[in-house]
Amino acid sequence: MEIKRTIAYEGELDKSLLTRLSALPEGNLIRRCIQCGTCSGVCPLSIYMDSSPRKLIALIREGFGKEVLSSFTIWLCSSCYSCTVSCPQEIPITEIMYALKRMALEEKTYPRRFPVPVLAREFYRMVFKEGRNTEALLVLRLLAKTNILKTFSYLPMGLNLMLTRRLSLKKEKISRPSQLRKFLEAIKEVGK
Amino acid sequence: MNLAYYPGCSLKGTGKAYEKSTLAVFSALGLELQEIPDWNCCGATAYMAVDALASKALSFRNLVLAQKMEAKWVVAPCSACYLNLFKARKEYLDNKPTREKLCRTLKKTGWEYECSGLPEVLHPLHVLTELVGLEKIREKIRRPLKGLRVVPYYGCQLVRPYDGYDDPVHPVKMDLLLEVTGAEVISDYPLKTRCCGASVAGVLEEPGLNLNGALIKEAKRRGGELIATVCPLCQFNLETYQRKTENAGRMPILYFTQVLGLALGLEGKALGMEHLLYRPRLEV
Repeated sequence: MEIKRTIAYEGELDKSLLTRLSALPEGNLIRRCIQCGTCSGVCPLSIYMDSSPRKLIALIREGFGKEVLSSFTIWLCSSCYSCTVSCPQEIPITEIMYALKRMALEEKTYPRRFPVPVLAREFYRMVFKEGRNTEALLVLRLLAKTNILKTFSYLPMGLNLMLTRRLSLKKEKISRPSQLRKFLEAIKEVGK
Repeated sequence: MNLAYYPGCSLKGTGKAYEKSTLAVFSALGLELQEIPDWNCCGATAYMAVDALASKALSFRNLVLAQKMEAKWVVAPCSACYLNLFKARKEYLDNKPTREKLCRTLKKTGWEYECSGLPEVLHPLHVLTELVGLEKIREKIRRPLKGLRVVPYYGCQLVRPYDGYDDPVHPVKMDLLLEVTGAEVISDYPLKTRCCGASVAGVLEEPGLNLNGALIKEAKRRGGELIATVCPLCQFNLETYQRKTENAGRMPILYFTQVLGLALGLEGKALGMEHLLYRPRLEV
């Protein structure tokens, strides 16, 4: 067995993520965190996370930005806002998770082939292009980009949807998607 | 009432029973819902994860379209759509730099819009309990659902993070509405606002089974025979994940508008009952 150091030296820490988050109105509030753990306690998905929400905040503040931006945690957040309404320090944790998701997507640090970030990206592309989302096509694209073999495991669900007449493969779109794209592109510029 | 209707993508797809039953119930109560012409997707939770300002812009466009219809309210049945529209309007009103960015960019890309007010965003539950009122609905009940044990399930985004109409963890508005139908409402269901996993459950099976399994199990333990939902994603997750749980004993997952519609004496077909995987025992 190879012996490796598991604890970082202080000199190796990098607080740039904290600095970047602090520039955002929602991100700056993590300085208030008292590490009580209420967020992790109420989070319905924390049992699957590599770092609980409380720990994630501690990691950001102490300089473990790389671990944070490559974590599964941020992608397991389902945006249920339980932490946000329960936090005694009124930290908008869900919004911070969103900010971290945006950074991880932009910097491509998210866990590879993990379906949640791929879903976000494909959903974004479809809505940007057509103005609307076609559920069945989105699922097919997701499977093609993550694990094509899993397509078969979705067949019974597809059959159920067909039996209850809820499955449609017709592409949904708005009348002039190009006008919306123009607006969204211009927004992207001013948002920078 | 000047009600613009924002269906969103789910109500045209897997949630079509929600659209049918909402339109049927509103019409039975004498309310007209006018669909926003050429509405675009709200971006759900995905767009926010990619571009924050653009996700506001998507909802802003929908609100502007509704404003052009001279609507006073926009009604959005899907919880994610509701929250996105609500958030965009709030940001537009509270945050001057964002407002200016949105307005200026919209005009620059060829839209005619005076940056005035935007219609208020409501969920159908709010329209029924706040604008119509329970007393008026009570008068229209034709077929009391006596003995039907209904579990009210609110999920997340209708009540959180904004709780203008209800409590974010222990809401009661749907309970009160369902009581009017004559059904027995299991109000002490403790998981009313515990998340179904939303789109995370949609792509990851283990959390999906676990979260939805717990919701169903507790609903049964409390004696419920069906769950009433306010969101197409909750309905979908709760319904489809039962297929894979052992020892299932299927539980019908209805939209609250379907339950109300039954009590108003509407026909199953008008309420989109044929789109349910598991049908309730009470149907016209």
